[in-house]
Amino acid sequence: MLWLCLHLPDLALEIFTRGAPANDPLVVVCGNGRKRRVALCNAAARGRGIQPDMGLNAAHALAGSLRVCERDREAERVALDCLAAWSGQFTSVVSQTPPQALLLEVAGSCRLFGGLERLKETVSRGVAELGYRASLASAPTPLAASWLAQAGREACVIRRDTLAAVLAPLPLTCLGLTAKHSEMLHGMGVRTIGDCLRLPRDGLARRMGPGLIDILDRALGCVPDPRPAFVVPPVFASSLPLPSAVSTAEGLLFPVRRLLLELEGFLCARDAGTCSLTLSFHHAAAGTTPVGLELVAPSRDAAYLTLLLRERLEHIALPAPVEEVSLHVADPRLLAPRNLDFFAPAQAAEGMLIERLRARLGRDAVRGLGQVAEHRPERAWTYVEPGSGAVVRGGSGRQPLQGSACTLHGAGDRKRPLWLLREPMPLEMHGEHPYLDGVLVLGRERERIESGWWDGQDIARDYFIACSGQGVRLWVYRELAGRHRWFLHGVFA
Amino acid sequence: MNLQDLMLGTEVWRAGAASAFAPGVPSGFPQLDALLPGGGWPPGMLTEILVPSPGIGELQLLLPALARLSHGNRWLAFIAPPHIPYAPALAAAQVDLSRVLLVHPRAATDGLWAVEQSLRAGTCSAVLAWPSTSDARALRRLQLAAEAGGSWGVLFRSGQSADAGSPAALRLRLAPTSGGIDVHILKRRGGWPVGPVSLDLRLDHAVAVPASAGSRA
Repeated sequence: MLWLCLHLPDLALEIFTRGAPANDPLVVVCGNGRKRRVALCNAAARGRGIQPDMGLNAAHALAGSLRVCERDREAERVALDCLAAWSGQFTSVVSQTPPQALLLEVAGSCRLFGGLERLKETVSRGVAELGYRASLASAPTPLAASWLAQAGREACVIRRDTLAAVLAPLPLTCLGLTAKHSEMLHGMGVRTIGDCLRLPRDGLARRMGPGLIDILDRALGCVPDPRPAFVVPPVFASSLPLPSAVSTAEGLLFPVRRLLLELEGFLCARDAGTCSLTLSFHHAAAGTTPVGLELVAPSRDAAYLTLLLRERLEHIALPAPVEEVSLHVADPRLLAPRNLDFFAPAQAAEGMLIERLRARLGRDAVRGLGQVAEHRPERAWTYVEPGSGAVVRGGSGRQPLQGSACTLHGAGDRKRPLWLLREPMPLEMHGEHPYLDGVLVLGRERERIESGWWDGQDIARDYFIACSGQGVRLWVYRELAGRHRWFLHGVFA
Repeated sequence: MNLQDLMLGTEVWRAGAASAFAPGVPSGFPQLDALLPGGGWPPGMLTEILVPSPGIGELQLLLPALARLSHGNRWLAFIAPPHIPYAPALAAAQVDLSRVLLVHPRAATDGLWAVEQSLRAGTCSAVLAWPSTSDARALRRLQLAAEAGGSWGVLFRSGQSADAGSPAALRLRLAPTSGGIDVHILKRRGGWPVGPVSLDLRLDHAVAVPASAGSRA
């Protein structure tokens, strides 16, 4: 067993600041009434002389424009859950040590990620990209790893027999003892864990109770220390409050990217991708702007999703500045693994183009074409989802038929134009003849189409191929009923 | 290594040697293929087709090549077409409809963006576009995008733009004839302007028929 501990010393602060690059002084306070004290402060506040454990009034005196956030334990818990789900991409065993540490069992993952050092670098870089500061330490027992990380020793202990020596200089505060016990040990002149380990076991157990001995034994690996594994939730939901309201697309992209990175880790842990995700921008004045993104093929690539959302965000009008961004993914789908070609450069998947175009132009602007088995020319085609290109049965069924196996009784070997007008265009008449920039010369062949009596949209027309004065071949028809008007319906092009 | 060996290699490009061009997509018209560099429509380049009035047969001219390209695994993109490409006619010309992508952008700038994205993506074998702009800088971008993505970009423009210069690698001007079109090559790589080439598009149904003969109901 090899445990990697991520200790997040500033978690309570970072849940408020990771939505945007921070530059204003901000403090997180706890306690109530006159006992309100600064729990944590950001770098800008520290620059003004604000220190943790300072009274709030004193902090206000030091910084005029101080932003004060109430400590939110529930939000910290949620953030730790999201981070645990994200770190599932590195190992299958993740355990939480509330309030601010995660334990990853990485003995099996070291080789895959290129060694323990490389793995630590990857985790540390990933955590920083999410907007957290973490100190990482690894040790063969979970307690030892968390103590080292908590003390800020970025140590890498692999063997159990060296553990006692590495832990010896750590202060007693790591143990999390009660005030009474730590006072007692302090009075005995015990300052470090090393001092504690040197004391006779039975005497220590008699004075301090069996609890301390048990903790030390577990840290050194003398007794087992089972940890509950974190279970990745089935859906992804995460939100990010912004330190100050944002109204530009560019400003929103920063928190959106952080959320997408979280999502990437979550999906990676589940070996999944997603076809649809929903971003919600929460406004202060009440109300939410939802932004959905639909993908043709499941994906979890944060860089690609950011690219798509950038196109979307540029074309979205926000009614009010955004206070909070949240991301929701309801249906993670299994992502089929893909083999990459060793020699050819990675070929972009064909769906990517469609997704990019749709992200900017809208879903309905990008479509495919399909044929319908129908006699009426304007109903013999339909828009379909790109790539399906099925032949659709006419009438109410609209079930795709088996490609070329069916005969389309509509077209046959008749000449059909390559362009069809959206609506047939009425033609002017010059005496007996239809006219369009000159009298049209009609062809010899006439095709009569009479169909559709069953649904009330029946037509009765004589179609001709005509040639205009400019040499353009047109597909025109004359109504057989009513006023016998002439219409232009297509261009042969 | 002597000169003969060098000449046999692919590193040396000899002016006037058609084989120096990437093999083109056969147009289906042998007379035209003979004049096009690479023996067909040039992939990875921009082709400009100038038509005096839209509808004289410019799409018929491309149809054999489009049918051939549609059986690959890349898209055939129609961006901002003036009318609806009619599915039964395309299918009758052996175009695989499942590869056809229709894009209807709302604004002209979105249209140019869509053309550039489609050319650059590398997942389109041909991109047919009807641009409303004649901005040489925009066209230059499209030519570069076509080279990057290896897509054949076809721009349909009006006949008036023949005099203005263009960064397109191949420029054709079409003129209607009875039953077909005349193709003038205004610009091509590795050769002088030539033409016209008369192509028969077998569209002679509508020619020289007295109007009264057809108009009886």
